[in-house]
Amino acid sequence: MKIDIDFILLVFTAIAALWTVVGRSLLKATIGLAVTSTLISILMFRLNSPLAAMFELSVCTGLITAVFVSTISLTKPLTHKEILQISKDRIKRYWYLPVMLVVIGIALMLVKVKQDFVIAPPAAVLDDVRTVLWSFRRLDLLGQVIILLAGAIGIVILFGEKKNDKQ
Amino acid sequence: MINNSWQLFTTFGFFVVLLFACGAYCIIITRSMIRAIIGIELLIKAVTLLLAAVGYATGNSEFVQSLVITIIVIEVAVAATAAGIALCVFRRTDSLDVRSLRSLKG
Repeated sequence: MKIDIDFILLVFTAIAALWTVVGRSLLKATIGLAVTSTLISILMFRLNSPLAAMFELSVCTGLITAVFVSTISLTKPLTHKEILQISKDRIKRYWYLPVMLVVIGIALMLVKVKQDFVIAPPAAVLDDVRTVLWSFRRLDLLGQVIILLAGAIGIVILFGEKKNDKQ
Repeated sequence: MINNSWQLFTTFGFFVVLLFACGAYCIIITRSMIRAIIGIELLIKAVTLLLAAVGYATGNSEFVQSLVITIIVIEVAVAATAAGIALCVFRRTDSLDVRSLRSLKG
């Protein structure tokens, strides 16, 4: 039986995502998210998207994990008792969600989909992502610059301590 | 690499839906602001993975990469700003519970 490496990577990605969601500790959830990002970046490399994979690896795995860890370190962790209480409440309130997911999954599997679709050829042959970004998607670049500036200003304002806090 | 385009779509599609369900589940069940942001991150990751798979299948990898890069930039800004807001709320209410945001109403 031949098992494709992509399938294995996808299974590990799903396991990491589930671990992120189910885990009780916020720090472990952050690590799970970083592992998910790493696996997705490997998949992107294999899907012939090396630049996107590099961005995913450096930004999502590195920067966002650092942001989350710093935020968690600046906040007060819950006690073990509180975590257990929240878990119990969660199971009581949302016991039907996994059941619903399984039912929807089975329903979708029963739906017959035609498998004779044809993939359209690319509208234009674009051989380099830099050409696409700088020649065809300039507005996206402008948007990215504005979003990054807005994000940076937001971080400075929100993460910055008040003068009263220092005293 | 999976050669058949339909097989690629179904395989990646199934796991993308699973990732999306994980993210949505995380947002629905949690009361912690940080965990809600993690759920949003998972949703965005599902979308980027689907885009990469579609780009590979249709031969538009270069175009899709530019879209994925744009999404990643937006993702970072959203995550950082949301984390900052969570921190501000924690400083004010001493809690990361989303219910504490109710006190911010008008």
